[in-house]
Amino acid sequence: MTATPTAAAPFTTVIGLEVHVQLQTRTKLFCGCSTTFGAPPNTHVCPTCLGLPGSLPVMNRTAFELAVRAALALGCKIAPFTKWDRKNYFYPDLPKGYQISQFDLPFSSEGALEVVDPKGALSRNVRITRVHLEEDAGKSMHDEGAGTGDTRIDLNRAGTPLCEIVTEPDLRSPQEARAWLNELKLLLVYLGVSDCNMQEGSLRVDANVNLHIPCDGGRIAKTPIVEIKNMNSFRSVERALVYEVARQYEEWQATKAEMGKTPKQTRGWDDPAGVTRAQRHKEESSDYRYFPEPDLVPVTVSEEWLAATREAMGDPPSVLREKLAAKWKIPPYDADVLVNQGRELVAYFEDLAERVGEGKVASNWMQQDVLRTLNERGGSIDAFPVRPAALAELIGRVAKGDFDTSRAREIFAEVLASGRTVDDVVASMGIAAVDDDELITLCRELLAANPRVVADVKGGKEQAAAGLIGQAKKKNPNVNPGKVRAMCLDLIRQM
Amino acid sequence: MQPSDMSAVDLVNAVRQGDLTALRATEAFLERIERLDGQINAFLAVDREGALRTAAAIDDKRKSGKPLGPLAGLPVAVKDALCTSDLPTTCASKMLAGFRPPYDAEVVARLRAADAVIVGKTNMDEFAMGGSNENSAFGPVHKPWALTRAPGGSSGGSAACVAADMAPVAIGSDTGGSIRQPAGLCGITGLKPTYGRVSRRGLVAFASSLDQIGPMARSAADCALLLETIAGHDPGDATSLDLPVPAYGTDLERPLEGVRIGRVPAHFGAGLDPEVAHAVEEAFAAFRAAGATVIDIDMPHADAGVATYYLVAPCEASSNLARYDGAHYGHRAEPGKGHRAEPGRLQPAQPVSGHRAEPGSGQGNASGGFESALVEMYCRSRAEGFGPEVKRRIMLGTYALSAGYYDAYYAKALKVRRLIRQDYLDAFEKVDLIGGPVSATAAFKLGEKSGDPLAMYLVDLYTVCTNLAGVGGISFPCGFTKGGLPIGFQLQAPALAEPLLLRATDRYQHLTDWHRRRPAIAARPR
Repeated sequence: MTATPTAAAPFTTVIGLEVHVQLQTRTKLFCGCSTTFGAPPNTHVCPTCLGLPGSLPVMNRTAFELAVRAALALGCKIAPFTKWDRKNYFYPDLPKGYQISQFDLPFSSEGALEVVDPKGALSRNVRITRVHLEEDAGKSMHDEGAGTGDTRIDLNRAGTPLCEIVTEPDLRSPQEARAWLNELKLLLVYLGVSDCNMQEGSLRVDANVNLHIPCDGGRIAKTPIVEIKNMNSFRSVERALVYEVARQYEEWQATKAEMGKTPKQTRGWDDPAGVTRAQRHKEESSDYRYFPEPDLVPVTVSEEWLAATREAMGDPPSVLREKLAAKWKIPPYDADVLVNQGRELVAYFEDLAERVGEGKVASNWMQQDVLRTLNERGGSIDAFPVRPAALAELIGRVAKGDFDTSRAREIFAEVLASGRTVDDVVASMGIAAVDDDELITLCRELLAANPRVVADVKGGKEQAAAGLIGQAKKKNPNVNPGKVRAMCLDLIRQM
Repeated sequence: MQPSDMSAVDLVNAVRQGDLTALRATEAFLERIERLDGQINAFLAVDREGALRTAAAIDDKRKSGKPLGPLAGLPVAVKDALCTSDLPTTCASKMLAGFRPPYDAEVVARLRAADAVIVGKTNMDEFAMGGSNENSAFGPVHKPWALTRAPGGSSGGSAACVAADMAPVAIGSDTGGSIRQPAGLCGITGLKPTYGRVSRRGLVAFASSLDQIGPMARSAADCALLLETIAGHDPGDATSLDLPVPAYGTDLERPLEGVRIGRVPAHFGAGLDPEVAHAVEEAFAAFRAAGATVIDIDMPHADAGVATYYLVAPCEASSNLARYDGAHYGHRAEPGKGHRAEPGRLQPAQPVSGHRAEPGSGQGNASGGFESALVEMYCRSRAEGFGPEVKRRIMLGTYALSAGYYDAYYAKALKVRRLIRQDYLDAFEKVDLIGGPVSATAAFKLGEKSGDPLAMYLVDLYTVCTNLAGVGGISFPCGFTKGGLPIGFQLQAPALAEPLLLRATDRYQHLTDWHRRRPAIAARPR
């Protein structure tokens, strides 16, 4: 990371992000058409989203609520009065010839989202300039294969609600940008605002980046800002920024070109090639002729409604991490791992911890067993076959000394594989508690059969007793290795 | 009495009572359309079969004892700016020639639900832009009172068809006077309701913050009947008012004692035809005789009305008409040179959309061919599809909204609009209604002003402020010129005071018979 100029990176990297998030509504922003992804082209359309003559928009209140939820979680101020504007431009996937968006009075502004690394390496407050709502355009596909030059338009997506989140240029490295995006995504998924599926276009990122380079005499040279588009994953955001930082530094060394002297450039990220490429830019700057949308009425937001929305929102991940760590006395690292897996997993953990009565034990099982298995098997925690009650029973029986942890893992695996209950599996595996008489008898037999071990222990080599444990398990798989060891040592001492 | 001589109120009652069948009423008007419209050109589409089928169904409904809608059997002509799923909706533009919407406008749906019989779609100025009906791509409407003259506009076809008894009532739309001015010039009664009173859903938008649909008929009572059906909240129009609809026809006969009518002396300045001034003053006298008091008032910002209107309306229009680009429906220019894109592969045109930094910017060479072909298609389709007045207003609006000009034009116009609205609020502290002329002259010849856009814009002098303020207005005949052409009178009222507008007009129409006079062309053949 290059928060401050260092010998390795003699400049400061300055990054701001513009994120478009598709809101998780059932219907579009201004009509009743479905927002389901993947339907045959032009089947989720109506006069309004087709922009037919005479059609009118009506605001989807749920979309507004979701957007407000996101803005509240980002600590934004919510405007008591917000209006819609038309952004005018011609393109075939924009059937009205304008996009309904928000220009000078966005519904929210001035928030922040901290990016936190539990190890403390990355921690920065990233200010949010504004969050506004707008409708998405359709999709254009240029069929240039058959030489027909046809362009195909799918308007299923046209009118889908988008939340645009714009940050201040507060990020200082590509890694930090990626980490911040992860945190943003987690937050939005937690709030049920968006599924943030980048493959389906539910989350799109543009990045603005330039370098601040200290020069002689204390002057700071700023390289021209470049906007990077076409990044399809957080990984490509990081890669594109790493590439762009290097490219800008090289270019600066060669040209000494500074911001303001050349126009802002837009570059597209070519993922397979791993490079950004300049996009054709217009000579004149664009003019969208924004003006207030006369077909919609302004939206007013009351304090009561805001309070109710805040109430219904639930904790954002940052708060949940702290609460979880404090309540269950688990290290911040554990809380981070658990929270980053999503709200459902946290619910599973809390259920388990409640039953087990000890947070750290539950957390260890979550991380070492549940998460590992989930990662291998895929699927959601809600569909995970071992429910908290069963797992808690297993952990409880280990604590009671019925069997050891490794034996418990075998049971866990068997429960997962067979779908049977813990009791069933325990019974079928012949697992039963070994009482002290049984144990003494078993240990006496072992000592009688292993005079050498007895001699070694008596000679001061206590570790020789370990050799007895394997034999004990062969005779009775249910014995607790710790108990066998302790009992044998006791018996030898009495001999 | 012939059905075509009956008032809409009487006609509906006759059908309800079984004295007249819906079929006979419809046939009577269709017969007149067939006979007269060749000379008038009021209709862009006549739905003879559909109308007769609907009428027959209404008669069957009555025979089987089912309840009839409030407009049962009433033939209605609908301005071609309203979407109809069974008839083309062209807005009198080549751009939408033959366009058939997949849905009915809310007003059309309400008419059908009320058992009205839609006989056809009426001619208009293209996209409702104009005051003479000469801006129709399908030829001008001829004024029934003098065929060489303009019927006014933009709802000229609706006004003319009612004036010539080709329909008892018609639906118009009014953005800056498009109902009231042609009603005045054609000697009929036309009401522009309060903004939001009637749903705009399915009305092809000209200027969304000004457009309003309203009734056009031979009397205030007939307008009241029609308004009661078309007014009311529509959840599909965010600007529609969620307020109960009064029974407009029930309070018409209450005398005008105590009603204060404002008279604006500035209306009688230079430019107002003396014959019109005389008839308007006579109308004020008649209102006094009916018990009203007339009070002179001042509307200080009225003189900025036309300038304000010709910024607000074109700005909104430039955006509203952007959708007519040839890409999805309507007129598309035949491909010319450069249409074909360079060979390549199927690729997303815009990976990130909804916030395109550069409108129309491609991503390199492969889509460059597409971009230029696209721009060419847009330009040519719009050049061919739109008429000169529409283009003029799109250019005016585009210019006024452009960066660097917005504050000087559009933003300033919005400020003046607020002042005009305040004028009305102040005036309605002192008076209940504002009276005056509808237009400065009683008629102009076809072609007389069409070469001079500015002269044509001044035709809207007395009507645009009503729309800018969002209040209601009505116009009705108050006399005739020596040449036998109708002169109109306008009343304006506070928001939602349609009952008073209709009542005052109805009271006037009980004292006078101007509204009963028919043009010679409407006389039945011997």
